[in-house]
Amino acid sequence: MRMLGSAALGLALLGLLPGPAAWAQKKFITVASTTSTEQSGLFKHLLPIFEKKTGIQVRVVALGTGQALDMGRRGDADVVFVHDKVAEEKFVADGFGVQRFEVMYNDFLLVGPKADPAKIAGGKNIIEAYQKIAAASAPFASRGDKSGTHAAELRLWKISGVDPRTGKGGWYRETGSGMGPTLNTASAMNAYAFTDRGTWLSFKNRGDLVIVVEGDRQLFNQYGVMLVNPAKHPHVKKEPGQAFVDWVISAEGQKAIADYKIGADQLFFPNAGR
Amino acid sequence: MNSLGEAFAAAWKLIAGFDAELAQVVGLSLQVSLSAVVIATLIGLPLGAMIAVERFPGRQTLIVLLNALMGLPPVVVGLVVYLLLSRAGPLGSLGILFTPTAMVIAQAVLITPIIAALSRQIIEDAWREYDEQLRSLGAQRLNAAMTLIWDTRFSLLTIVLAGFGRAAAEVGAVMIVGGNIDGVTRVMTTAIALETSKGDLPLALGLGIVLVTLVIVLNALAAIIREMALRRYG
Repeated sequence: MRMLGSAALGLALLGLLPGPAAWAQKKFITVASTTSTEQSGLFKHLLPIFEKKTGIQVRVVALGTGQALDMGRRGDADVVFVHDKVAEEKFVADGFGVQRFEVMYNDFLLVGPKADPAKIAGGKNIIEAYQKIAAASAPFASRGDKSGTHAAELRLWKISGVDPRTGKGGWYRETGSGMGPTLNTASAMNAYAFTDRGTWLSFKNRGDLVIVVEGDRQLFNQYGVMLVNPAKHPHVKKEPGQAFVDWVISAEGQKAIADYKIGADQLFFPNAGR
Repeated sequence: MNSLGEAFAAAWKLIAGFDAELAQVVGLSLQVSLSAVVIATLIGLPLGAMIAVERFPGRQTLIVLLNALMGLPPVVVGLVVYLLLSRAGPLGSLGILFTPTAMVIAQAVLITPIIAALSRQIIEDAWREYDEQLRSLGAQRLNAAMTLIWDTRFSLLTIVLAGFGRAAAEVGAVMIVGGNIDGVTRVMTTAIALETSKGDLPLALGLGIVLVTLVIVLNALAAIIREMALRRYG
């Protein structure tokens, strides 16, 4: 009889176990995407529209672009939606993606403390700004995580002729984390940081950070979408995955992207097929 | 510096408003961590009891190993389970990566050593105390183990609660194998990590307060059950 109590407790616990019914799957696809699209709130706006139209649920795993492409390479995603054109083209050339479509763009920004120790606020030239930051040894927080934004940041450093690794441990600080955490770090130590506009607009913990450089043509940030190649990974959900790709580059999907705003600011500018 | 105040306000708003989305996240947290703790107990407890009463070569090594595994870093567990369940991995054909099932597996792996190692210690201590008594009654080792589990059940309950606490609090493993997918694999800890990333620190901390409150409530429930059982069975 004494076992009765614990048996009842055990049953109660087991009752909490999620049965297969609770996890029953409706039709869904897995999309590997970037922290910038997830954290800016774009997917929260976009996906319900797509799901309502097609009945296909989209499960987004948000990672850095490098990791997201890697997820596609391993066959753990059906669609990849990222922003590093060079890496994406290699992904398709290596046979992991079927075909890359351009979807939308926004731009990168350089943000920094109001005090502006490198005296670059209001500038339009990102290369010059980088050179001044290095010359002033002003703190700079980098993603350091092989994301699309990190890749773009490093390409610009290369053009500027400065090797930021010389400042490693000093003014150049790699956080090794996502855009949000990197902005949190920059905000806490009044450092400059290279960010995409979407994450910046939705980021709340700005502290003393303001935009210091924007509007340079080199700050263009293109997003691409592609189906993971079913020839490499036969379990890839080809039809619903392709349906999603087709929808985001369709007139309707493009309009939904343009409609997403935070306050008065449009975050992403559709440019599929252009 | 009123962000703590803001956090409590946010927490209160979350609880009082009974947000459906929050309820879903909390529900999934409980489902995943309770499932993991049930599985870990079903494996860890008999394992701990067996090691406590049996004598076999390599026993000391096994104990050291088990004790060390209590400190398994969640990220490492997450990564290993990820590589196993990934489509490119050996169990990829199951297709359970980025599902709650994967999260249960990761957490169960994480806390089974805790439950096994701690129950081994407790049962072994009790075994030393009652060794002769049980032997004189002619009890076999298996029977002895069962008796000892029953006798130490209240201490073992604390171990199970510790395991649950560890499961419910960890973020590294579930983030990797679950993917923090909105509405599917988002739990309390990954939601907190996400809000921190978005720089919404009050909301993140608010969610944290909700999580801690939840764990306290569960522990209080366990304490009440224990109290009732003590009163009834002495």
